[in-house]
Amino acid sequence: MSAAALVEVRNVDMAFDVGRHKGKPARLQVLRDLSLDIAPSETLGLVGESGSGKSTAARVVVGLHEPTAGTVKLFGRLITGPERNLNLATVRSRTQFVFQDPQAALNPRMRVGDSVAEPIDVAGSHTRSDRNARVQELLTMVGLPRDAADRFPHEFSGGQRQRVVIARALALEPAFIVCDEPVSALDVSMQAQIVNLLMDLQARFGIGYLFIAHDLAVVRAIAHRVGVIYSGAIVEIARKDALYAEPAHPYTRALLDAVPRLDPARKRTKPIAGEVPSLFAPPPGCRFHARCPHVMPRCQIEEPALREVAPGRLAACHLYETT
Amino acid sequence: MADPLLSIDDLTVQFRTDRGWSTAVEKVSFDIADGESIGLVGESGSGKSVTALSILRLHARAVTRFPSGSIRYAGRDLLGANERDLRAIRGRDIAMVFQDPMSSLNPVLTICDQICEPLRLHQGLSSSDARRRAIELLDLVRISDAARRVDEYPHRLSGGMRQRVMIAMAIACRPRLLIADEPTTALDVTIQAQILELLRDLRAELGMAVLLISHDLGVIAEFAERVVVMYAGRIVEDAPVEVLFRTPRHPYTEGLMASAPPLEGGGERLYGIPGRIPDPDEVIAGCRFGPRCAYVEAICRAAPPELVSVDGAHRVRCAPRTRVSQN
Repeated sequence: MSAAALVEVRNVDMAFDVGRHKGKPARLQVLRDLSLDIAPSETLGLVGESGSGKSTAARVVVGLHEPTAGTVKLFGRLITGPERNLNLATVRSRTQFVFQDPQAALNPRMRVGDSVAEPIDVAGSHTRSDRNARVQELLTMVGLPRDAADRFPHEFSGGQRQRVVIARALALEPAFIVCDEPVSALDVSMQAQIVNLLMDLQARFGIGYLFIAHDLAVVRAIAHRVGVIYSGAIVEIARKDALYAEPAHPYTRALLDAVPRLDPARKRTKPIAGEVPSLFAPPPGCRFHARCPHVMPRCQIEEPALREVAPGRLAACHLYETT
Repeated sequence: MADPLLSIDDLTVQFRTDRGWSTAVEKVSFDIADGESIGLVGESGSGKSVTALSILRLHARAVTRFPSGSIRYAGRDLLGANERDLRAIRGRDIAMVFQDPMSSLNPVLTICDQICEPLRLHQGLSSSDARRRAIELLDLVRISDAARRVDEYPHRLSGGMRQRVMIAMAIACRPRLLIADEPTTALDVTIQAQILELLRDLRAELGMAVLLISHDLGVIAEFAERVVVMYAGRIVEDAPVEVLFRTPRHPYTEGLMASAPPLEGGGERLYGIPGRIPDPDEVIAGCRFGPRCAYVEAICRAAPPELVSVDGAHRVRCAPRTRVSQN
């Protein structure tokens, strides 16, 4: 992608040493050959089940983990490896994180205004009145009442607390925000408010988002492109419309089929069997082969590479390889 | 019509708080027929779990009271039953599966120990018979290699497997009613689909009634024959599943359906119901959904609406929508 990319992740592997498993020193390969790009004003959705590596991917992207291999560039500059030319302090002032549980992300003993002002205080160089004016501006921006600054997190609903977290994330005018399951803990009638707010803020400030979720329907609402991750590797990545209309990878298809619909008369497809394989004992070949309805002998031996199956669309599946 | 299996009538549940008694569930009435599958749907604070826990009387006694109502099972009022009678019913006639299988399983006991407990308690099986039955039950919930798995501890199992074990424990004594409180909420979507299919199959195989509680209308649509929608402690709508999804009558039900982000079609922005769910003790004149409702009129603020039967099995709590036209 062009030099204008906010985020460029290239061939990242991430492994963790996790003590011993069944008597042997164990190393968990959590991410394998992860590559992705995010442009300004763009939202990349990353969808996967528990243990797929999606949250680890998020942490690598903003420099919270140093990858075991591969590179991460933010704003065109390397944040990984010996040739790093962007220091983490700069990364942290220009990237932000919004987590799933706003209750856990806010200090219950701090007034909401002080929580929102914390990044400003850390960055310094604000007078007291500038700081308070900025807090008011941020709270208004996310649709909270003016008096919110003097109240405590417990006085707010879950949706409002997530607004506080978003206000805090906006404090230093970040160019890029990682949203890790930001609406999963909210009631369905509240989810829309937060998703719409994130979209409005993007339109206003040109922020790029990496939006991580297990819920395909929520991702469809906000993302421009969507990557599907399974057992540590992206199995499909495409523009949203193409991915939802015609999923290429059998796992994407299975994920879509498994979402319950508001239609009691819908003909149900048989759910795929099995579970996500253990990272301690990953299967040979394609990680999905044991659950795949289209499995071929080759899938059990050789892991398929992520390749272009249509313009702008990548999938890792032997079905798309011409022999 | 035959007597229902379970009949909840005018149930009100209050909890003691710092500020006195707080009403979590108010005047809830519905029946569960033998073998029926009912979906109880609502957002946090709607009172759906409080209602379900009342059936088995699982609330802490000292802080709970029932100012009105009855829950009748097999000719007995469970609200008036003593602890001994309740213990005989729990797990034998009525069993329950919870959201988080890890915190519902005892981490220091094997799967076998835990499945055998109800079998030995209620059916007086010897330990070898109970063990044999536990293996059969694991087979029944589609756990492969049951004879080996039965001796494992919960931490060795995945979330989906643990929920299967919970279901095996719940059906061990062939209950006539299974209450499943958000049984798939903590699970991944492909595992959720497997567990819902398992519950559907087991209901058909064992002929038991199932009360499925969920915040997810999609899950309810895929499972239930009849749906009860709760909002702020009250039933707002109750209808057969096809009727509810085809012609919802309550504005809250409509709002919930519109809030579910679509997988096909749909506009650019998501719809959300404005405002928020009221606190249990918030004073609201008339309809408790009124402040969030797009169709609110004077009549809604005048008095709390009644739950009215609009078409046989379809009940709605909305004054304008249930008004009898004067012509």
